[in-house]
Amino acid sequence: MSTVAYSPPKAEPIPVAGDYGPETRVDYINCAWGVRSWLLTVDHKRIALLYLFAITAMFFLGGAFAVLIRIELLTPKSDLFEPDTYNRMFTMHGIVMTFFFLIPGVPSVLGNFLLPIMLGAKDLAFPKLNLASWYIYILGCLLTLAGIIWGGIDTGWTFYTPYSTRSAHTSVMPVAVGVLVLGFSSILTALNFIVTTHTMRAPGLTWFKLPLFVWSSYATSLVVMLGTPVITTTLVLVAVERFAGVGIFDPKAGGDPVLFQHLFWFYSHPAVYIMILPAMGVISELVTAFSRKTIFGYQFVAFASMAIAVFGFLVWGHHMFVSGQSPYASTIFSLISYVVAIPSAVKVFNWTATLYKGSISWATPMLYAIGFIGLFTIGGLTGLVLASPPVDVHVTDTYFVVAHFHYVMVGGTIMAYMGGLHYWWPKMTGRMYPEGWAKAAALLVFFGFNLTFFPQFLVGYAGMNRRYASYVDEFQVLNVLSTAGASILGFGFLLPFGYFGWSLRYAKAAGPNPWGATGLEWTTESPPPPHNFEVTPTVTLPPYEYATHN
Amino acid sequence: MDEHEHPHVATVGSYVVIFLILVALTVLTVFTALSPLGHWHAPVALGIAVVKATLVFLFFMHLLHSPKLTWLVAGGTFVWLGIMFALTLADYWSRGIVGRYQ
Repeated sequence: MSTVAYSPPKAEPIPVAGDYGPETRVDYINCAWGVRSWLLTVDHKRIALLYLFAITAMFFLGGAFAVLIRIELLTPKSDLFEPDTYNRMFTMHGIVMTFFFLIPGVPSVLGNFLLPIMLGAKDLAFPKLNLASWYIYILGCLLTLAGIIWGGIDTGWTFYTPYSTRSAHTSVMPVAVGVLVLGFSSILTALNFIVTTHTMRAPGLTWFKLPLFVWSSYATSLVVMLGTPVITTTLVLVAVERFAGVGIFDPKAGGDPVLFQHLFWFYSHPAVYIMILPAMGVISELVTAFSRKTIFGYQFVAFASMAIAVFGFLVWGHHMFVSGQSPYASTIFSLISYVVAIPSAVKVFNWTATLYKGSISWATPMLYAIGFIGLFTIGGLTGLVLASPPVDVHVTDTYFVVAHFHYVMVGGTIMAYMGGLHYWWPKMTGRMYPEGWAKAAALLVFFGFNLTFFPQFLVGYAGMNRRYASYVDEFQVLNVLSTAGASILGFGFLLPFGYFGWSLRYAKAAGPNPWGATGLEWTTESPPPPHNFEVTPTVTLPPYEYATHN
Repeated sequence: MDEHEHPHVATVGSYVVIFLILVALTVLTVFTALSPLGHWHAPVALGIAVVKATLVFLFFMHLLHSPKLTWLVAGGTFVWLGIMFALTLADYWSRGIVGRYQ
């Protein structure tokens, strides 16, 4: 096949409607029509859109549970739900958001769409396996939804024993099997990403010319491959104990409930990095594109992703300081938890240094990126507070912990996901989004988020427990503020749903490179042709060569 | 030899032999479970399981004739398994120390 040398693209003026009519040429959207062509597609870009629809649906389902939780907590008494119903609400919020949105979100939508294009490849290494992983994801969703409708689940998203093996009289197993099935979807996607990155890079695209989004997706895939089988096995062990009565976690039968926590967190702490590492990759792309600068310390950022992937597996015990775990083990886990903060801090410092003397533009993706850096830093630093056993014992199971992980998950992962979605929306659809509405939504999300979760640090440190439908009267003011923030946050998330839909028909057409950004994805048409490139690109320059470009 | 160009092809006979060995080891596991081995029950059962798993890795999963990268990947999974066991046992084995000094 013939090749074409890659050089940084020039910034283009924003085109007017009709300049780049997507309908005038064949692209991945208009190359085939009908439901069948979508449900049987093996094109990674179409599969990314299938994931986008499914994951958005799960996001709004999880969000609906969050709304109900916040309405209940407007008043100190449990007057909207019975306590048992409230238990189901926060459990289903956690399970849906964690397993069905946060974990697959960035890799399945943005990763699926972008990874092959960023590598200069026609598709992922195993296109049929990619489609299979989407169907497996849907199967996991359906099983979980069946469990939710068929009585719900009240164990908390952690499935702790003995709740999940003995006490719970709800639909534990359909939901657990749904999560188990979902794990296979993640594993197949991760396998696809690893093999594609190793074997399908364009000529000249060496490891240290890879975009940092690819590095972080690669590191994430390693974590998925190594960690997910453990949660799968653990859920099978729960089923074995629940149905066959084999003593694994039940002390009366010779088991140990703390063993469940070890096995669960061996996966679920690295799962935090499965959620945040791809988001960090998105931020690296956004910060460079909108400050028109090469990333500061490319290799440090790349290796920081790998370091997070490795050290993330050594710190799970910091979730178990009050479980009865030995204080000696807790000390080891505490020390290693401080170490894992270093590569995360390297990334934050390098993004900040990249901004220094950059030519910064405040487009919507950049607003989300800047929001990410601030909010993730707060989430990360409060994580260090919780890694210290004496403090953690004091605030365990309080709203301080809830605020901390929402600053990482929502302030981090979802901000990056939204930023990435806006940044690559013109590439995915061939249409710009309305910038004014998008900026308003980004600001609403930022202020709504802080109003929701910052009061939770205060109320948690004052002693308000999580997972209760009622609380003492003195905590009401902060809870009302939190609920008010949640309503703003919810509105901020609904706005993009409206204007993205509007943009598909009415917005300005996007050229190949509306941001004037570097990277192979900006050298092809928007939306890309079915096989991504007309000719295989050859890469000659390092990534983020904005100096040459400028 | 480049494994990608000339992959090793195992015969059906070799698979049958490995299968029969695995069946025999399963029978041996049942036999030892019913034998009066005292504290040796778990070590013996785990030992047999390790031998069976090794046979599966080497022959059914083709590790024996795979390139070094595949060995590296397989080895990496065992390192991670080791991490899980080591840090979990760091909890269990140090619980007694706490009581000793109280």
